[in-house]
Amino acid sequence: MAKETVDITPQHKTGIRPLYFGLLIVGLIVLLLVNLALGSVDIPLGDIVQILIGGEAASEAWNKIIINIRIPRAITAVLAGSALSVGGLLMQTLFRNPLAGPSVLGITAGASLGVAIVMLAGGTITSIFAIQQLSAFGSWLIVIAASFGAAAVLLLILLISIKVRDNVTLLIIGLMIGNLTIALVSIWQYFSRPEQIQDYLIWTFGSLGGVPLDQLWILAVVALVGGGIAMVLSKPLNGLLLGENYARSMGLSVSGSRIWIIVSTSLLAGGITAFCGPIGFVGIAVPHLTRSLMGTNDHRVLIPATLLMGAILLLACDIIAQVPGSTTTLPISAVTSMVGSPVVIWVIIQRKNLQASF
Amino acid sequence: MKNNEPIISTQHLDIGFPAKGRKRAPTVVVSNINVALQGGQVVCLLGPNGSGKSTLIRTLAGLHNPLDGKVLLNGKNVTHFSVKEIAQKISTVLTDRITIGNISVYELVAFGRSPYTGWFGSLNKKDEEIVEWAIASAGIEQFVDRDVLHLSDGERQKVMIARALAQDTSAVLLDEPTAHLDLPNRVEIIRLLRKLAHVTNKGILLSTHELDLALKAADTLWLISRDGEVITGTPEDLVLDGTFEAVFEKDSFDFDRSTGSFTLHNPKKEPIHLIGDAVPTFWTRRALEREGYKVVEDNGTTLQVKTYSKQDTFEWKVISEENEDYCSSIKDLLGILRKSQRSNQ
Repeated sequence: MAKETVDITPQHKTGIRPLYFGLLIVGLIVLLLVNLALGSVDIPLGDIVQILIGGEAASEAWNKIIINIRIPRAITAVLAGSALSVGGLLMQTLFRNPLAGPSVLGITAGASLGVAIVMLAGGTITSIFAIQQLSAFGSWLIVIAASFGAAAVLLLILLISIKVRDNVTLLIIGLMIGNLTIALVSIWQYFSRPEQIQDYLIWTFGSLGGVPLDQLWILAVVALVGGGIAMVLSKPLNGLLLGENYARSMGLSVSGSRIWIIVSTSLLAGGITAFCGPIGFVGIAVPHLTRSLMGTNDHRVLIPATLLMGAILLLACDIIAQVPGSTTTLPISAVTSMVGSPVVIWVIIQRKNLQASF
Repeated sequence: MKNNEPIISTQHLDIGFPAKGRKRAPTVVVSNINVALQGGQVVCLLGPNGSGKSTLIRTLAGLHNPLDGKVLLNGKNVTHFSVKEIAQKISTVLTDRITIGNISVYELVAFGRSPYTGWFGSLNKKDEEIVEWAIASAGIEQFVDRDVLHLSDGERQKVMIARALAQDTSAVLLDEPTAHLDLPNRVEIIRLLRKLAHVTNKGILLSTHELDLALKAADTLWLISRDGEVITGTPEDLVLDGTFEAVFEKDSFDFDRSTGSFTLHNPKKEPIHLIGDAVPTFWTRRALEREGYKVVEDNGTTLQVKTYSKQDTFEWKVISEENEDYCSSIKDLLGILRKSQRSNQ
């Protein structure tokens, strides 16, 4: 009997694509260098590399520009891109909804509310920038407030998700909660003085350049802790892909995992929003791009790949935002939406339906 | 004395949904369930729609809390086990739809090792061997690296069964595993489950509403009756003592004990005596019953149909009071009967 036997080669066993990871890392390095090289002042690439490896550039001003402005900005872009993307990935898996993401579900709005409350509770006429200039303590305060704001909205959505099983309904509820939160913030704005409103408006445009070098580590710690929790959650996240009942039947603690997913997303989305303002669409678009590239839904591969892809995308957006060859800078959240929306449309059209690409 | 310890058993188990709000009482779906699932057995759980089949399966699998009574796992109350320990003893195939893509069949089956792997879910050599055994046992080697999204319903069901096998449990609970499948796929799934029960000595419980399939496939039946109690027994015994009939009988729906099947149609027309060779008689009987005739054993009827067969050609003879007719197809036979009926009226 000629029975066909199929060998299960090791390639089926793991979704790890070393080639793609290599490409992502190379892409990240290239974009980092391009990002550093571009700006209102022209600095030759040779000098930039010189500074990066610890040497001195030809001009003292160049030194200062690179170390105090461009490096913090590039690192912020890397951290924000990675954190928001992984936050989006966690939301998409938790809600089993391809359109979920920190900004859509009102989590970013929650973080904004947290920030607004801190500014109100301060009583004084302070802007977020003023608080950031204040001290590392001020930064922590904003990070914690933003994370709590994000967590409050997420918890509310999660509570509703126990009652409402339908994902689309839940998404609409999330959008409404986001609107509600934004409404609260605008009431606060209405009773504020014009200069405060201006500060807030500038904050809502999003900025990668607002994090000074000496506070960058706070952002880094928040992003690393949030990302670290996400990595540890890979296994339950994989289980959740099949739905909560299956996850439980395979011995995974669903309620525990849910809480940790919320903690991680709140830290990631809240922390980044506190420092950079609401940056939309990265969280939705990057996980889809990464799934398409890696061809897997295994979170052990997907999370690191999403980190890299998110950093690359936000660096690219930042390069566009700086409008190479000019002295103008565009608001980063406008650029991410301009880049992110077509990406989502492209994914939908390519895959015929978004659920399928999920 | 039973020498075979049950894997899962229940004591005075009440299943249903907890009270919502302060005033409402809990909704008890089925009460006082005392059943046992033995290793090496295929048990079919049968009951009308909405009778609580899924709730019972979910309760036994620990996905749903019992309202009262106990679920025992290897003789110990299931509440003494952690989620992970339960998952090492019971695996389930649910009706929940798998909507994700971008995951290969191999990866999905490998998820079944979750109760055994470490925090990162990496497979060791033994895990990989079990996954490969599960894939081979379910007969899905041909599409191990296909995306789960591109599977047919039957293939997906086999993949989910393979995943349950990879979980390496002594009991496998399946909720409607043959729903939405065509006949060859249904038969294949049932055959697979029977083979697994007998080869691996697993206790297999499946719910279904396909009665003939359950009657043929099950070693034991669990019937949920209309008044919410569970009756257990060997399928043939339950048919002979009329329990089966009582559970499923509906006004326009009759269970025929002599054929083990349900008749869709109320016989309204006169009785016909049918005789002849086995194969043509079987199919002629179905056609006659569809037409509304009552096919009877005794020959004291005015109408008689005889079937004859020569290899692959068949002939029918219709004997009525007035005349005898011959024809060579069931279509013509029905035509003759219709004509004679019209002339009688």
